[in-house]
Amino acid sequence: MKGYLKYFGKKLAWFLVTFVCAFLLNFILPRLMPGDPVAVITQRVVQGMESQSGIQRVYEQYAELFGTNKPLHEQFFLYLKNISQGNFGLSFSQYPRPVADIIQSSIWWTLCLQLPAILVGWVLGNILGALAAYLKKGFDKVIMPISIFMSNLPAFGMAIILLVIFGVSLKWFPTSGGYGFDMLPNFSWGFIWSVIVHYQLPFWSIVLIIIGGQAIGMRSMAIYELNADYVKYSRFLGIKDKKTVGYVFRNAMLPQVTGLALSIGTMVGGALVSEVVFSYPGLGSTILGGVMGQDYPLISATTLIITMMVLSTTFLIEILYGIIDPRIRAAQIE
Amino acid sequence: MKHTFKEIFHSPKFVVGFSLFMLIILIVIFYPLIVTDDPLEIIALGTFFEPGIYVNMYDSFDAEMYTLNLNDATANRIANKLGDQERLDVKDWLVAYGIPEEEIDIENTEKLMGLWINNYDSTLRFPGMTSAKRRYYVRLDASLEGLLETEGVTIAAVDTETGELQAVDTIEQSYFVNVGQVANVRLLLLGTDNFGRDTLTELVSATGTSLKIGFIAGTIATLIGLTLGLLAGYIGGIVDNIIMFFTNLFTVIPSFVLLILISYSIGQEQRGATTIAAVIGLTSWVWTTRAVRAQVISLRHRDHVNLSKLSGHSVVHIIIFDILPYIASYVVMAFILQISSGILAEAGLSILGLGPKTTEVPTLGLMMNWAMIYSAHILGKWWAYFPVVVTIALVSFSLNLMNTGLDQVFNPALRE
Repeated sequence: MKGYLKYFGKKLAWFLVTFVCAFLLNFILPRLMPGDPVAVITQRVVQGMESQSGIQRVYEQYAELFGTNKPLHEQFFLYLKNISQGNFGLSFSQYPRPVADIIQSSIWWTLCLQLPAILVGWVLGNILGALAAYLKKGFDKVIMPISIFMSNLPAFGMAIILLVIFGVSLKWFPTSGGYGFDMLPNFSWGFIWSVIVHYQLPFWSIVLIIIGGQAIGMRSMAIYELNADYVKYSRFLGIKDKKTVGYVFRNAMLPQVTGLALSIGTMVGGALVSEVVFSYPGLGSTILGGVMGQDYPLISATTLIITMMVLSTTFLIEILYGIIDPRIRAAQIE
Repeated sequence: MKHTFKEIFHSPKFVVGFSLFMLIILIVIFYPLIVTDDPLEIIALGTFFEPGIYVNMYDSFDAEMYTLNLNDATANRIANKLGDQERLDVKDWLVAYGIPEEEIDIENTEKLMGLWINNYDSTLRFPGMTSAKRRYYVRLDASLEGLLETEGVTIAAVDTETGELQAVDTIEQSYFVNVGQVANVRLLLLGTDNFGRDTLTELVSATGTSLKIGFIAGTIATLIGLTLGLLAGYIGGIVDNIIMFFTNLFTVIPSFVLLILISYSIGQEQRGATTIAAVIGLTSWVWTTRAVRAQVISLRHRDHVNLSKLSGHSVVHIIIFDILPYIASYVVMAFILQISSGILAEAGLSILGLGPKTTEVPTLGLMMNWAMIYSAHILGKWWAYFPVVVTIALVSFSLNLMNTGLDQVFNPALRE
């Protein structure tokens, strides 16, 4: 137990450090760029405006709004203070709606779509990969090429293929949105059904992509483990195959858990893009909207939220990993 | 060295991937030599022209006319205007008008047309029929007009002196032109995109740009990763700690988020293909660093390295002659994967609207971006997006296949 606490503490400290760094990057990167962001924004806003004093006033207003007329460290504390109060400022493209409000309405869509999809894809992929390694022959010959093909397809490519087949041609599922365009979010059966129907295509497009990559990884891990000395030794000792296979897959599984922790960021990035394909009302579409509307506060807040989500998930997986793998705890005690 | 190459080219996976990749590169190089059009030139007035051979109408009147008496010409002409769906629509209207269903035979064109011409009245309104549907029937009626006629079409020209129309020529229904004799024929194998650009020419050029982005991003990422990995692994100590701190940091901070932030901060005006490539390279070196470092650490205390140290060779010499050859295969494999992920990263960024400037060069991502913005996927304009997805998949598939092949050559444990 003591070993685990030490592991936990270490991971927590690391989580906090990465979080602070990510936060700093989110603050600094846009401000590091050459040129005056406020001037650029003003330029966009005042297009077609004639009066110089008017332009000057708009500029000053935005400078005040972002606090860019203050020194950098003061800006930072202002930013810190605002964000700790959940205040991300006002959106440009949907003025005067607060950014926090926009994010609040889209974050749940992303969370409820991506978290289950990544988990389901990961579990299914690992099962298929393990089966491919163990059964070999026919099964492997079928599963592997399909997995390689799927993992090479970008997430948005899979999204488009599913959309065109099941949405446009077969008309089984709607092609865009998170719920029927003629509905308002409420708790009626009609709305919930609409959400479920709209959920299918984005969900399966993410699941299929992740299955491919995970199956390949699990297959090579399992093949590696199946050839390990301890397997040969236990066969030699006459231990039943079933029992050995159980150990083999447990051992092959562990690197896959770390793999999940390390690659969750990439998966989320890909899934955000496939959200755009389905015009799913999540954070991916919010980013696109922010980019289209030159909405700097919205983009900055969205990237911060995504980073936070990814970091927390990674942290959770690592904590779980410590619980699953006894070697981790043992290593901490030494 | 020679032996290694021989072994690599005996791996079927590598050979297939390599041939596919080379084929793509050859197409990218040789296509522009044959079709010299500017890939970004807007040729079509309108969006999403279907793939096909476009024959100039004006020139085809000018070309020599041939009479071909083909039996199915009339049937084809009718089928073109009155397809299965149209026949059903006509039937629907007639039923709504009050004609008993059993009297309507949608297979019998003449009878169906007779019923339609005798009964159709564009002023009628039926309960439950939307005005869009009503307008559809008006259009259908107009297109069906004169369908059963056997007369030709008379071409008239304006007399320059009197300003009156004068019959110049009559085009019989059995007249044909030879496409080879028409002055202007344009083959649009993949139609046009939303801006009215030739999609195929654009696609080839975009593939070239995307490959270039992949190469630049891959080279930058591999160079940074290699340098940091070598430093961390070979020197160790505090240097290792610092480098690993940043590597771990950027492993967990999603690089996609950094890409979005940086690309947005650069601004639309400054974003060229090379800039995007550099940004992608700068955010994707962590995996190479990790792999190289792990390799170097296991090599660091090998006998030949120790021997080299005792012989008084410099650190640079040791790294180049005693360590690099051993990790070269890993670095090449990582480089191949970086190219592929660089191309995918550009596509992802572009779909979010953060790709290179549209007016400068086409990239695969930008083509996807515009196809999505114009809802090509929902409108069924497959030629605007599907070839792009296939190209991306093929490029990344061939690169990954090469990588798997190399992996099997260098890691005997993975061989089947």
